[in-house]
Amino acid sequence: MQEQPSVSETTPSPLVTALQHEHPEWIGEVIYAFGETTIIVPREHLVAACSFLKTWPEGHFNFLADICGADRGVEEEPRFEVNYHLFSTTKYHRVRLKVLLNEEDTHVPSVTGVWKTANWHERETFDMFGVIFDGHPDLRRILLPDDWQGHALRKDFPLRGYEPYSLK
Amino acid sequence: MSSATIPPQFEIVDQPLDTQMTISMGPQHPSTHGVLRLELVLDGEMVVKATPDIGYLHTGMEKLFEYKKYQQGIVITDRMDYLNPLGNNLAYVMAGEKLLGLEIPERAQVIRVLMCELQRIASHLVWLGTHALDIGAMTVFFYCFREREKIMNLIEAASGGRLTPSYFRIGGLMMDLPAGFEHRCKQFLDHFLKAVDEFHTLLSGNRIFQRRTQGIGKISAEDAIDWGLSGPCLRGSGINLDIRRANPYSGYENYDFEVPTEPDGDVWARYMVRMRELKESHKIATQALARLQPGPVKADAPKVVLPDREAMKSHMDALIHHFLIVAEGFDVPAGEVYQPIEASKGELGVYMKSDGGPKPNRVHFRGPSFVNLSALPVMSEGEMVADIVAIIGSLDVVLGEIDR
Repeated sequence: MQEQPSVSETTPSPLVTALQHEHPEWIGEVIYAFGETTIIVPREHLVAACSFLKTWPEGHFNFLADICGADRGVEEEPRFEVNYHLFSTTKYHRVRLKVLLNEEDTHVPSVTGVWKTANWHERETFDMFGVIFDGHPDLRRILLPDDWQGHALRKDFPLRGYEPYSLK
Repeated sequence: MSSATIPPQFEIVDQPLDTQMTISMGPQHPSTHGVLRLELVLDGEMVVKATPDIGYLHTGMEKLFEYKKYQQGIVITDRMDYLNPLGNNLAYVMAGEKLLGLEIPERAQVIRVLMCELQRIASHLVWLGTHALDIGAMTVFFYCFREREKIMNLIEAASGGRLTPSYFRIGGLMMDLPAGFEHRCKQFLDHFLKAVDEFHTLLSGNRIFQRRTQGIGKISAEDAIDWGLSGPCLRGSGINLDIRRANPYSGYENYDFEVPTEPDGDVWARYMVRMRELKESHKIATQALARLQPGPVKADAPKVVLPDREAMKSHMDALIHHFLIVAEGFDVPAGEVYQPIEASKGELGVYMKSDGGPKPNRVHFRGPSFVNLSALPVMSEGEMVADIVAIIGSLDVVLGEIDR
């Protein structure tokens, strides 16, 4: 049985302060809510921040648990967000990185170079929200058919679709 | 016959034997556990490249959540990982409870742990039966389903459903355990360890099974983390990580159990991890059963939790609350949470975002099968075609959860 570190659901805030001190340009805003920590990262610093967090001895966020997109609403600006849920397999804490996107420019740098598991998560986010991950090796639709029109989880996409889908 | 009479497209071309061939395996292949399609590039019998193709079972569940009230969403979660529906229920309701800040009474927590461990055993039994069946051992399947049937009966007794229990509710349970449940559960648990030994006798010592699984589908510990593997697949690569220990929930920190790991990272290691987990789940379920004390099974939150039928007949406010919860739902504070649990297949995470209304703004499921399957190419490249079947079996994928 390995030594279990102190159990905590969230990143201790000293960690965020340390990060803020070291790389203030990476941190747009920090939100503490429901026992979770969310860091809003400007998208141009996303890959740098992820590779740093992965190997950072204090944080050691080496496990990418999940990437998921969200649509805040058609009227909202910025409209889309992409959430990266990081986890540490040695320190057992979690943090959420959030990238905010405008409707006109839905490009985000891909983190497949940092974690290979990002591949399918990013494909799913592309499929459902139309977020384009620059540098992704194989950005295709994953759940919906290749010739599907539109992005199904956007708020302006109707629940039953525009018309019945038929294979061409 | 002279060659001039044969049209050119029917002419037999002498292909050299070493060329590569692309074949499509699935989606109707019986050992792909549902509707998984693989594009395999083969060199002789060796797999050069394997590309999983998913989405055949996509039903737009994440979209549907946004149109349903919070309590209606529980029913959808049953249909995701249909071998572990109580785990899905738990992750979903815990995300809602986190947003609402609800305290769950002790008895409800213990029952949740008990039911989830029973469900984990049932899920592992289906895995064991089908995994052995894929490799060619038919008998194990019947032994596994004999035991699974007992668990299904227990789940049916508690919730009324077998595959789709929807037993957990935001704020507690649907209802308390029925009379005599503890006795039946104890009966099952008393005989289960003997059944596990039977499985070991059937498979673990079998030379064919060993040769089909040992050294096949290897993945190193670093790769396993890089590919985001979780659950038994990660522990089969020697990493001691279990969400029940790392981020405990529902009182798992109070239970005494081990996290089995195997160092080799092959199909056999993942097999051994799950076989040992059967015993650990049995241990937790036994402890939970011993901890059951009388008490409430619903949180004290009249605006969220449906009142008892008796209270509705005698109390005006209970009747009003019942009507409002059913007709209009309940408002959940705005915010977002990510709630991970250790499902039978790995880390099941629910991302839930609320905008303050009775329907969620976004619900996303991080399915362990989805992520584990994405690592299939790494494990299978360089192996034989026949071993692909063993590797898929060892990942324990459920397509309902992958495609959602």
